[in-house]
Amino acid sequence: MSPMTLTEQIIIIAICIFGTMLTRFLPFLVFSSKKPTPEYVQYLGKALPCAVFGMLVIYCLKNVSLLSAPHGIPELIAIVITAGLHLWKKKMLLSIAGGTIAYMFLVQLIF
Amino acid sequence: MLCYHNLLQVNYERTYMKTKALKAAFPYTIPIFAGFWFISLAYGILMNVHGFSFLYPMLMSLLIFAGSLQFVVVTMLTSAFSPLSALAVTLLVQARHLFYGIAMLDRFKGMGWKKPYLIFGMCDESFSVNYTAEIPPDVDEGWFMFFVTLLNHIYWVSGATIGGLLGSLIKFNTEGIDFVMTAMFVAIFVDQLIKEKQKYTGIIGLGATLFCLVIFGAESFMIPSMVSILALLTVFKSDVEKSYSSGIEGEQK
Repeated sequence: MSPMTLTEQIIIIAICIFGTMLTRFLPFLVFSSKKPTPEYVQYLGKALPCAVFGMLVIYCLKNVSLLSAPHGIPELIAIVITAGLHLWKKKMLLSIAGGTIAYMFLVQLIF
Repeated sequence: MLCYHNLLQVNYERTYMKTKALKAAFPYTIPIFAGFWFISLAYGILMNVHGFSFLYPMLMSLLIFAGSLQFVVVTMLTSAFSPLSALAVTLLVQARHLFYGIAMLDRFKGMGWKKPYLIFGMCDESFSVNYTAEIPPDVDEGWFMFFVTLLNHIYWVSGATIGGLLGSLIKFNTEGIDFVMTAMFVAIFVDQLIKEKQKYTGIIGLGATLFCLVIFGAESFMIPSMVSILALLTVFKSDVEKSYSSGIEGEQK
């Protein structure tokens, strides 16, 4: 249980809501929809997303330990299956389901 | 009477447009349903085990709507009261949303009352689907993105509430299902790479983040990653832009 009073808990939660919303709303507040967006920011808007998806893949894997068993092998196999399925069939749901089922099979029955 | 008839017609068309957008949006959210339910149930159970009422996970999922931060908040609430460090941690964990906002600046233009909700609900998964989904031309883009966000929000809040209510009564035999989120980002990443014009930026994002994870460790690699991605995209701006224009020509051929 929390060592804080209810008021203190509400303050902490309110700060987390405020901080999160600040990061989500800030670009829209800085670059108003009435003025044209600066060229550099437009470029970032186009170039960032794919970089972000690469970043999110690593972000999901940040707690995988290569030094201790099973050394990230189930993750590696499942990622290869996901990517392979997608290169082959280009069906998003199939790639995701295939990779996830393969991973569950690997961690539950093999590793 | 004619006027009344027209009003009915307009109402019918509006409902039809919404239903159509919902039907187009739902399949994209199925993997998110699986991932969110697993993670948010686990989150609700964790709050329950720490002695919090189900109202905590329910309201926090409704109002924060962010996976990793909400797990950190459990630690904040069970430690000493320190609002400043709570703000610093929140901004550090959530800074990546700035990138999503920049990417969506033009897409959210002219969305009217939906815009504040689309921004409010822009978690990793809502952004990923809304940015990459190929919305059919006869489906309203605003309603499509609205329903993607709303469905994700509903999955997240309902899972956390049920987890908070049932607590440790739930027995998991689903080890590994959380990989569904990783698989989704891998599939989206490969999908973007296939579209040739995006290759350089994808490799920059993956490579820079991996490098920073190795150098800075799992606790503090995100901000260095974001800074180095921005720096690399700025340094290679002319090359990336050149690849865009050649990519478009390639598509036309």
